Amino acid sequence: MTTKANVLEKATAFYDHFERKGGQDQTTHYCPGCGHGNVHKLIAEALDDLGLAERTVFVSPVGCSVFAYYYFDTGNIQAAHGRAPAVGTGVKRTRPHSIVISYQGDGDLASIGGLEIIHAANRGENMTVFFINNAIYGMTGGQMAPTSLIGQKTSTSPYGRTVENEGYPIRMCELISTLESPVYVERCQLADVKGIMAARKAVRKALQNQADGKGFSFVELLSPCPTGWKMTTHDSLQWIKDFMIPYFPVKVFKDESATRNGRIREPKEYTDEELFKALNLGLLGESQPRDAEFLKNFKTVEMKIAGFGGQGVLTAGAILAAAAMQENLEVSWIPSYGPEKRGGTANCSVILSKDSIGSPMVVSPNVLVVMNDPSLDTFEDAVVSGGLVIVNSSIITRKLKRTDVDVLYIPLSDIAADLGLNAAANMVLLGAYLEYTKLFPLDHLKKIIPYTLKRKTLAEANVKAAEAGAQWMRDNNKR
Amino acid sequence: MKRDLIKANEALVKGAIMAGCTQYYGYPITPASEIAEAASVYMPVCGGTFIQAESEVAAINMVYGASGAGARAMTASSGPGISLKQEGVSYLSGAELPAVIVDIMRAGPGLGNIWPEQGDYNQVVHGGGHGNYKVIVLAPNRAQEMCDLTMLAFDLADKYRMVVYILADAYVGQMMEPVEFPKVNKKAPHRPWALYADKASQPNVITSIVFSAEALEEHNLKLQARYAQIEKDEVRFQEIQCEDAELILMGYGFVSRLLQSTIEVLRKQGKKVGMLRPISLFPFPNQRIQELAAQGKHFLCVELSNGQMRDDVYLATFKKDIVHFYGRMGGMVPSVAEIVDVALGYLK
Repeated sequence: MTTKANVLEKATAFYDHFERKGGQDQTTHYCPGCGHGNVHKLIAEALDDLGLAERTVFVSPVGCSVFAYYYFDTGNIQAAHGRAPAVGTGVKRTRPHSIVISYQGDGDLASIGGLEIIHAANRGENMTVFFINNAIYGMTGGQMAPTSLIGQKTSTSPYGRTVENEGYPIRMCELISTLESPVYVERCQLADVKGIMAARKAVRKALQNQADGKGFSFVELLSPCPTGWKMTTHDSLQWIKDFMIPYFPVKVFKDESATRNGRIREPKEYTDEELFKALNLGLLGESQPRDAEFLKNFKTVEMKIAGFGGQGVLTAGAILAAAAMQENLEVSWIPSYGPEKRGGTANCSVILSKDSIGSPMVVSPNVLVVMNDPSLDTFEDAVVSGGLVIVNSSIITRKLKRTDVDVLYIPLSDIAADLGLNAAANMVLLGAYLEYTKLFPLDHLKKIIPYTLKRKTLAEANVKAAEAGAQWMRDNNKR
Repeated sequence: MKRDLIKANEALVKGAIMAGCTQYYGYPITPASEIAEAASVYMPVCGGTFIQAESEVAAINMVYGASGAGARAMTASSGPGISLKQEGVSYLSGAELPAVIVDIMRAGPGLGNIWPEQGDYNQVVHGGGHGNYKVIVLAPNRAQEMCDLTMLAFDLADKYRMVVYILADAYVGQMMEPVEFPKVNKKAPHRPWALYADKASQPNVITSIVFSAEALEEHNLKLQARYAQIEKDEVRFQEIQCEDAELILMGYGFVSRLLQSTIEVLRKQGKKVGMLRPISLFPFPNQRIQELAAQGKHFLCVELSNGQMRDDVYLATFKKDIVHFYGRMGGMVPSVAEIVDVALGYLK
């Protein structure tokens, strides 16, 4: 890798003027001795040397580096506290060729954003995370961080952090390196030149991995915060060495950069027609041409179909509604739902109408289909006078109490069983119903059955069951 | 005619994809999971992204990132999840990012239950997040509208650079009805402010932080002007037989389907009733309500809540004595007969 000879030259990935501090356009808003400046510089130089700045999107967190976009001449997006990895995920999935940098502090990453970082890592998001660990909340004035050391005094741990009250400082590299997906996890320190040079290498590797499509890279940087720690710059560097490094070991935790294959998804474009097909639309084709007479004379059907779960009552309703739709009728289907769904029965409401349908819930059906005893008990009284009740007489042995309704006792389950199709009593029902009512020809229903079943292989059997239902009606109905 | 019989929740997802939505980020919650499930089926085969996020909060922030990167992006949830997303909605609003959020309401408060309610009206229409922002809210009442209004939502989101909600409930979502789908494959329009990870968009910054008080007030005033424009241009409502009505039934979403049937029953009895259904809850049809109030008409607001929309009708009329209310909560849904009885109490 070639790098610029003159390390004092400003990286072009930095803006020429920093406008954060008005009137002092070469000055950052960071305090003297702060580690952010070092890391910013390492990143900007790496972006320059790797030629990535143009396609980089830098995600600024909440914390001191919230204003990173004043410095980096890249695309910039600012995230809510802790959410940078989630925001970065959205950017990356939308623009797979982008270079996404999630730059986060310890409060942001290890506390409020604990979940987002773990899961971005676990998905192996092809992004680079720089984690600035300075063991304190800098921006908000020096409160305790999840990485604050035992005994460390902060504005919210005035007596020093204790194990009893706050537990131990959290080690993020250790945590993240236990996950399968991340490709590269390293902790560096900014306390001396040797550490900074190692960090420089780590920053480059983490970015190169992303450019190569290798996945999630995570670099933690132990970083001084003289202001937050209330120390001189010199003392704060010593404090990193004396106290942070012993607890947060500086090392490579995981590095599969050399063995991982890179992969960057290429987006595919679809035509209108291709998309329509991919969405499984228009399968039923054009509806039946219907004369005005049919529609004018059509009497609204308000149907309730009820039975055990598994008897196919919901499917029967949906197929009838689909078939009626193809007759140019308005239809609605709604499953039993809400507090009415009691007593172990499944049911659906189906309305077929020539007019716009108001409430899709059938409370007083003019057609009731009952497949089992509890359904008959529940809905018998609800049927409107003069309505039709179809009883599955294979299962229901009692007769109706009502005398003011038409009733058909059909051994739906037996007819299905005779065909060797135990689950097709619902299709027998539809065949019988259409034969009895002449609502529309059975052939129309048969045409759409294959499109309304989840398992297409069963289409032929279901058509046969519907035909058997119609046949039974012709043989037995003495209307 | 070429229609598909389709579950409304699925119609919404297909409409979204046709509108150019390529990014779906969501978290499972009953009764909105069907939307995530449909998205997980169709997004990948249509060239888009589906991610089941680690949390509702992560999901809305992924939407933020995707929108900032120029995509049409969406998420869907239900009450408890919407509460969690409010942080993200505020940030999206502050950063002026277009996004579509679907709320399939369930009953609350707290874990409540999974039956339908309309108790999210306030947290959605009046904003549950921090700051002086508003969102456009569209309330479909049928499968066709779940498709059409979702497509419209993406256009409005881009037009005004803001969040647009689809506010529905489990009943609307569960219904299967015929839907006529347009055969289109729209693309997200080019957003000059977005991050395309290229030279042209490199100078762009997406942020909601405005450090000086003067500048932030100016930013807020700009947003308020936009909302005022929306109140002028984007009001949508449906009206049935209001001309001669003494009593106007008001309700949105699934309830309006019950009201449609209620009117049919009452009109047969010779009662003068009509229906005003807000399709957009923000902007609210204030002007139309005021016109009808000026004609001496009374209003009966029917909701699956404690009267959250009713309060907006109060605000539109400033007359409590002409605004009546009937609500059910907890997942209870009134029958048409029940609403007929209540309405008769306010009719001569």
